[in-house]
Amino acid sequence: MTTHENLPATTESAEAAAIEKAAAALPAHRPRRTDVDPKAARRAERQVAAMFLGSALMTVLFVVAFVAIPVDETVYIWGFGTVNASNIALGVTFGLAILLIGTGAIHWSKKLMNEKEEIQLRHPLASSDEEREAAVEAFQTYQADSGFTQRPIIRRSLLTAMVLFPIPMVVLLRDLGPLPGEVLRETLWEPGSRIVIDPTGRPVRPSDLALGGLISAMPADLPEVQEEEGNLNARAKAAIILVRMEPQEIVSQQGDNWDYGGILAFSKICTHVGCPIALYEQRTHHLLCPCHQSTFDLADSGNVVFGPAARRLPQLPITIDPEGFLVAVDGFAEPVGPSFWERGDA
Amino acid sequence: MSATVKTAGKTAGWVDDRFTSSNFLKRNIGKVFPEHWSFMLGEIALYSFIVVMLSGVYLTLFFKPSMIELAYNGSYVPLKGVKMTEAYASTLNISFDIRGGLLMRQIHHWSALFFVAAISVHLLRVFFTGAFRKPRELNWVIGVGLLTMALLAGFAGYSLPDDLLSGTGLRIAQGIVLSLPLVGTYLSFFIFGGEFPGTDFISRLYAVHILVVPGLILALLTAHLMMVWYQKHTQFPGLGRTNDNVVGYPLLPIYMAKAGGFFFVVFGVITLISGLVTINPIWLYGPYTPDQVTAGSQPDWYIGWLEGSLRMMPNVEWVIFGYTLSWNILVPAVILPGLVFTVMAIYPWIEQWATGDKREHHLLDRPRNAPVRTSLGAMAVSFYVLLWIGGGNDLIASFFDMSINTITWFLRFAIFLVPPLVFVATKRICLGLQRRDRDKLLHGMETGNILRLPHGEFIEVHAPISDEEKAVLMAKPERTPLTMPEEIDENGVAMPGARGARLRAKLSNFYYADNIPLPTREELEAAEAHLRHEVEQAAPAMEEDRRLIPAHDGSVLHDPAIDK
Ligand code: HEM
Ligand code: FES
Repeated sequence: MTTHENLPATTESAEAAAIEKAAAALPAHRPRRTDVDPKAARRAERQVAAMFLGSALMTVLFVVAFVAIPVDETVYIWGFGTVNASNIALGVTFGLAILLIGTGAIHWSKKLMNEKEEIQLRHPLASSDEEREAAVEAFQTYQADSGFTQRPIIRRSLLTAMVLFPIPMVVLLRDLGPLPGEVLRETLWEPGSRIVIDPTGRPVRPSDLALGGLISAMPADLPEVQEEEGNLNARAKAAIILVRMEPQEIVSQQGDNWDYGGILAFSKICTHVGCPIALYEQRTHHLLCPCHQSTFDLADSGNVVFGPAARRLPQLPITIDPEGFLVAVDGFAEPVGPSFWERGDA
Repeated sequence: MSATVKTAGKTAGWVDDRFTSSNFLKRNIGKVFPEHWSFMLGEIALYSFIVVMLSGVYLTLFFKPSMIELAYNGSYVPLKGVKMTEAYASTLNISFDIRGGLLMRQIHHWSALFFVAAISVHLLRVFFTGAFRKPRELNWVIGVGLLTMALLAGFAGYSLPDDLLSGTGLRIAQGIVLSLPLVGTYLSFFIFGGEFPGTDFISRLYAVHILVVPGLILALLTAHLMMVWYQKHTQFPGLGRTNDNVVGYPLLPIYMAKAGGFFFVVFGVITLISGLVTINPIWLYGPYTPDQVTAGSQPDWYIGWLEGSLRMMPNVEWVIFGYTLSWNILVPAVILPGLVFTVMAIYPWIEQWATGDKREHHLLDRPRNAPVRTSLGAMAVSFYVLLWIGGGNDLIASFFDMSINTITWFLRFAIFLVPPLVFVATKRICLGLQRRDRDKLLHGMETGNILRLPHGEFIEVHAPISDEEKAVLMAKPERTPLTMPEEIDENGVAMPGARGARLRAKLSNFYYADNIPLPTREELEAAEAHLRHEVEQAAPAMEEDRRLIPAHDGSVLHDPAIDK
């Protein structure tokens, strides 16, 4: 078959000749088994029909499985382990119901449909020069009719209006959120905040911490604040870890005597892009972030020893209160978590 | 006339009465599509996208994009009573309390993975065969847009259920937004409705995931397919196939049956996998909270390269005039992907400019025949793979019991050293293959038969290659580099624009200079005569060979020198 997309008669015969030529070059069409052997054709016909019927059967089985198998039933299947019975039954029946339609159609097309290759010509995509000129001319006429170029006042004022009119759409977005203000520099920690274990909320005595141990902790008022605010924002900044080492193992700290008897408190939020950190190696005092493996040396001011994080982990100065529980001496001296443009050096 | 044909005729008549559609219909149902296995990659992408949409619409019926905290009270026992957002709870619900819900979640996720994978491989096919050349540059750009949107859609979807992994991914994304100079902090506050994580984000992301991005994908996809239709599909060279025609099967019936059938195959395979292989078991991760994370947490595969670039980057950060510039985040997470996608999008014009080739191309290149393009592509792939390995450095470290630091340091160097090596190696391979093609044209195919001629000389018998293969080899385009322009004209005056032209000549030399030329007509004729002679010489001996070799007890009854 050929397509002549409204071409004049002369080119039409030239086209036919080109197609003729390409067709002569094509390798000879080799008949398939099913083209010459009626038995093979009938067999293929039966195979295709069997696939379509198989699909229908699977659809019926799907409905049966949907109704019959409880949603929480599990089965053990070799190679897959214990799996949800409903999911696997529905997936297999539905999957086969769909797949068999596809394989049937493809088998049909491959074995039985007329499969002669055909040739169509391409035409240069560019229009002729005359057509291009005519288009430009037409545009110029309409342009002149509108007076767009002849009336600069209208043109410029229109452009001004058009440039400005998207502004409301941007302004409308203003109330998406509050301005940052200073909140990224603040956490719940303040002088005297009691340190409690996360998630139990139990206050911590120094003796609760084994040498070389690490626990996650939070300020005592965090659950309350969280309830009140109805979000996890405070938690995302206030989470800390406590570690304990021999006091003489501490090489340096972010402030004088910010430890309490070898117990150190650090922000749990990575200074890279904010993942919580918790992989502690007590021998080296290294704390590793699981996200991009920034490593901080807790015995040495929480400085970065490896990885993409550029800032040390902020340290929280701690002591004990009269009842013997760990408390913060003060809030964090620097913002916790990832850097941000306005952060600067503080 | 059968009933089917009659009904079809009636329907067509009804439509034609209103839209004058018969001519259009006749032209288009007979449209010819060339065939090649690699042309199915785009199809897989299209079909998985349809499956993504079908399953996604189902999920919207049950998913609740809300960050309101509640205590879980569904049938998954280990999490009973645990505080979580409604988004996470409803995803648990889909997985455990709604019949077929888990299957649909799995279908949605698996088809999303198929979608991105198919787009990526499809893009590689288009690149390595030069299908992006004029007149298809714009469709290449649309393809790059589609890839970007697909990554975005996947990331947004992955972040919706608000499980521990998805929340961790979001936290990282928020950290990246914070790093943007000047606007980062404000942007983050606007996106999240205040501080991270807030309570607005999931419902905002939801609109992006189910409306904005799929809408854009749908629009781009439509434009993409319309262009393919209008400009007609490219084809590989072969007998009868030229730059001016299309050889293949007409839309109806063969192509329709195959393509339609293939849709069901893709859909069916995705569904089977979804029934059998669990993906993203969010119930095992628990609800998101910003102070917990699991070791070895991994994003979906298509985000791995960005994860890797974040991990590899050394920790450079500047503070200038009291403001922070986090190069350690900007370079790997903003600048690198920006560059990658920009270079990818404009590549057709880079090559066009460098080679001065402004013709229409409808015959695909065999990758070896465009060695520099192929090597650039291989180089880019190796770059991507290294980043991707970087994204899994912790898994590799624990699997091979190596130190993460060693792997990271190795990758920091490898990312600069390996791609150039890959470039050089690929180019040599391409040129080697070109040389072999030339040999084939000149000397025919090696048959592996060694023959001793009567006067004692040993020769290897060559057989002429098939007409089809010859047509393929001879279709290799002749490519000559641009000539170096004079810097000064005949009067000794510096030529304007000479520098640009010289750069261009150098680039075109870089692209084309090493190509192995096709044999000339004389060379071919001489070679053909030689081959004929050789075959004639060998014929009697070969004939004898054929007669003597078979021995019923399996032994070889022949002079070993003539044996294979
Ligand atoms: C455009 C391509 C799309 C991609 C690549 C994609 C990808 C994803 C992924 C990876 C998930 C996480 C699934 C999981 O829980 O394991 C997801 C969730 C979801 N998607 Fe899509 N999606 C796409 C389009 C859509 C569309 C068009 C809709 C609906 C109209 C939709 C509706 C949903 C819903 C409701 C969820 C959350 C429910 C759940 O996670 O179980 N998605 N998507
Ligand atoms: S978030 Fe900790 S290393 Fe990236």
